[in-house]
Amino acid sequence: MQRITIDPITRLEGHGKIEIFLNEEGNVANTYFQVPELRGFEVFCLGRPAEEMPRLTNRICGVCPEAHHMAATKALDDLFHVEAPPAAHKIREMFYMAFYCTDHTTHFYALGGPDFVVGPNAPAAERNVLGVVAAAGLEAGLAVIDCRKRNHEVIKRLGGRAIHPVTGLPGGWAVALSEEDRAFSEEVAQKNVDFALFSLQLFDDIVLKNSAYVDLIVSEGYTQPMYYMGLVDENNHVNFYDGKVRVVDPNGDEYCKYAPHEYTEHIAEHVEPHSYLKYPYLKNVGWKGFECGIDSGMYCATPLSRLNAADAMATPKAQEAYEKMYETLGGKPVHHTLACHWARLVELLYSAERMLELCQDPEITDPHVRNIPTETPTEGIGIVEAPRGTLTHHYVTDENGVLIGVNLIVGTTNNFAPITLSIMKAADAVIKNGVVNDGVLNMVEMAFRSYDPCLSCATHSLPGQMPLEIIVRNADGGLVERLTQYVDE
Amino acid sequence: MSENGKPKLALYWASSCGGCEISVLAVHEKILDVAEAFDIVFWPCVMDFKEKDVEAMADGEIDVCLFNGAIRNSENEHMAKLLRRKSKVMVAYGSCSHEGCMPGLANFFDREQMLNFIYVDSPSTDNPERVFPQVETEKPEGTLTLPEFYNTVKTLDQVVPVEYYLPGCPPEAQWTLAAVEAILSGELPPPGSVIGLDVTVCDECPRERSEKKITHFYRPYEIDPDPDICLLDQGLFCAGIATRAGCGALCPRVNMGCRGCYGPNEGVEDQGAKLIAGIASVIDARTPEDIDAILDTLPDPAGYFYRFSLAHSMLHRTALAEGDRTAQAIEEVPRLDPKLGT
Amino acid sequence: MSDLQEFQPVIVGFLCNWCSYRAADLAGTSRMGYPATLRDIRIMCTGRLDPAFVLKALRGGADGVLIMGCHPGQCHYEEGNYKALRRVALLKRTLAQLGVEPERVQLGWASAAEGVVFAEKVAEMTEQIRALGPLRWGGNLADKANGNGTLAGVAAMDEEVVS
Repeated sequence: MQRITIDPITRLEGHGKIEIFLNEEGNVANTYFQVPELRGFEVFCLGRPAEEMPRLTNRICGVCPEAHHMAATKALDDLFHVEAPPAAHKIREMFYMAFYCTDHTTHFYALGGPDFVVGPNAPAAERNVLGVVAAAGLEAGLAVIDCRKRNHEVIKRLGGRAIHPVTGLPGGWAVALSEEDRAFSEEVAQKNVDFALFSLQLFDDIVLKNSAYVDLIVSEGYTQPMYYMGLVDENNHVNFYDGKVRVVDPNGDEYCKYAPHEYTEHIAEHVEPHSYLKYPYLKNVGWKGFECGIDSGMYCATPLSRLNAADAMATPKAQEAYEKMYETLGGKPVHHTLACHWARLVELLYSAERMLELCQDPEITDPHVRNIPTETPTEGIGIVEAPRGTLTHHYVTDENGVLIGVNLIVGTTNNFAPITLSIMKAADAVIKNGVVNDGVLNMVEMAFRSYDPCLSCATHSLPGQMPLEIIVRNADGGLVERLTQYVDE
Repeated sequence: MSENGKPKLALYWASSCGGCEISVLAVHEKILDVAEAFDIVFWPCVMDFKEKDVEAMADGEIDVCLFNGAIRNSENEHMAKLLRRKSKVMVAYGSCSHEGCMPGLANFFDREQMLNFIYVDSPSTDNPERVFPQVETEKPEGTLTLPEFYNTVKTLDQVVPVEYYLPGCPPEAQWTLAAVEAILSGELPPPGSVIGLDVTVCDECPRERSEKKITHFYRPYEIDPDPDICLLDQGLFCAGIATRAGCGALCPRVNMGCRGCYGPNEGVEDQGAKLIAGIASVIDARTPEDIDAILDTLPDPAGYFYRFSLAHSMLHRTALAEGDRTAQAIEEVPRLDPKLGT
Repeated sequence: MSDLQEFQPVIVGFLCNWCSYRAADLAGTSRMGYPATLRDIRIMCTGRLDPAFVLKALRGGADGVLIMGCHPGQCHYEEGNYKALRRVALLKRTLAQLGVEPERVQLGWASAAEGVVFAEKVAEMTEQIRALGPLRWGGNLADKANGNGTLAGVAAMDEEVVS
């Protein structure tokens, strides 16, 4: 049996590898996606005081510490049975929107964008942020760097530090927002709105007006009907900070809508011996393996999922962009995983508009940002939308607030099964009759990249091409073929 | 050196969160100067070179390797040793590789405890057959492999010799640049040095300090602190007293006590021991009963004192019971003998 | 059971110059019998005791550490023994989380005239440690997953064991 190893996958959170096995006819017999890392936060946080969790769980991810910080802070509100004052909620959400702005920008321009802006068949030397700049203009490149910088400055002012913020507390936020910082954030938010609109226009000009790209987006190899998950407010509008988790089935009908406390009634995790990462699935539908559809419990939590699961966006310009996306792609729900890049830009616009709304709310500078908990802590669950998916933090403590139980379901984890299936489908689609060629390399990359697996650190990916080597061996281990791109010989 | 005369730079991440990778980029525009000045030959997070490219290099061919992340599994250890062979200078970049950081907290437990919880006992996991990840898994098509998850998290210098340390979780941009500039100029401190300051966070903190007499430790959510007075003076635990400066006291500036991410100050091997000494010294009590009453308000002392540094501390981890090799904490909190009051 | 077969604890003692070290001298010159398990180190005051000394002793092969000083109110430097009392209290709580039994680190007072108190303390602690068994901290880094797995550094620590 021929075996193709892609190791390591890069521009993925941590480490991952893909093993593809070919049968005698040279078609794909099976594909495995393995995640070889584990750190064990759910165990080593036991014995720690619960209020340390926003600062402990930050370190699950240095790209999206704000997401863990926020989920932890909300779990603490619940744990200590305390409500934060309105100004604290607003500061938290505004801080969170700044984070979304920088995070979604980084992914689109440096990771996902190049596949479209430059084109999947373009020379790989151009398929990077520099290629985007060449196609979209130098101003675009500088705008990306400035977007990161100004939003990280907001994060630092509100959260204390640019990486691994510290100000989340049960019942509030450690610092109030000064008028100076509010004014600064408002300027940043306005620039974010302009930049989001620019980005959507760019996507329109370069991607949507190119029929080859549109064909690629709607192609069968990237179409995967699944259940879709996202947090929604009481009007079923997308909300990243608060709300209930809504899941729609592959037909777009609401399957369930649950409050944080109910998550274990709906979500379970499956274990396979060949990976350290577990596979969440819809418990009541059941684990049916790496298959999708209405009978399989496989669900997805991505920007596209969130838009599929909601009825609308809560801000006007984003709502326009939302409607245009669904109109173009033939209605809801959209099953084309590459459309996630578009959905991400719609969310970017929403984050910017929402950030601006909050900055313009006079209550946000109210000095009262702390309510002191008075009740004995017991159990708390906090759910937010991380850019990569629904994030759940669950804590149980003794009466002194020291942790005796922790359970975490992290953004990208939700998507482990869908990503695996996407890789399998991509491999199936392009590897036929033992012919393995350069197209495989890109098709496989594109399959997982649209999910924005946690670490999208490719901002300064110079040169940005992905050196990849595919080694094909026969059953005796002898080398049959070796395909490379951008590997120095 | 590359043919173009530029020094060769490698960056690698072991068991880490990615924050150190981001911190390298947090130098913003200056990253372009770095890219100009160095030939980056290995940076899996960003540049997709592969392990075999490193293997193909001559020993010592890489001029500097910035290694972040703790040594959690066999793959991390393998890469640490490989990069050590191929690099002239190895820098432990960030708290994980320097001291263990968050992954190091796993040293309160052992491998079996971790795997049992994560794959069997967790409330959302459905695994009645007790399937655990395996180093080798037989599939109909072939054997799949995973790295081995170790019992104990190790720091980089517990696995290979290290020339320099850049502390912090993550290191602030100015220190990354300081290190880069030192490397380029050739004006490096003696091997084994920490690149940074040799005073504590207190020296960078703007709050007003007076004589400390702590009668009660408050949890951060229990009080809304005075913004101008030292947090420890107010009874809020702050590790700044025994933590190397360099961050600018970022956390105390937003009313949150330092948790020690830059590690111990110059000349100190065990940060936790210094915190024990310092915190105990400022407790305002003389009798065993009064002392215990105040200490009862500070739960999880080991977690506070070794928050970032457990893996690098003198004892490294919770004791493994002989025979079982099971990590066992002593449940009952020790109290002072009242007779010690006389 | 002969002495050769019985576990002989290794106890490192930190004794203050003004009181307990003199008590130890008195025990010696008075030819009091007490177990030869204590390796004593003279420090000027128990207030000088850095918790790191205790950790280093435990890591280096000690099965227990005994700290003795002047009675409260009689410290040559007034406050030193109160500091020691607080530090040892916090140290023991921390060590408990690391699996080190509280009996392994003990604090006591013995004035210069109290040779008997000193000798009895050593005898009592020796039996308590004997019951607990050896600590053998170096073995903690042996990795269950990969067999013996001791690191070069740990092997070196094992060699430092005071014998």
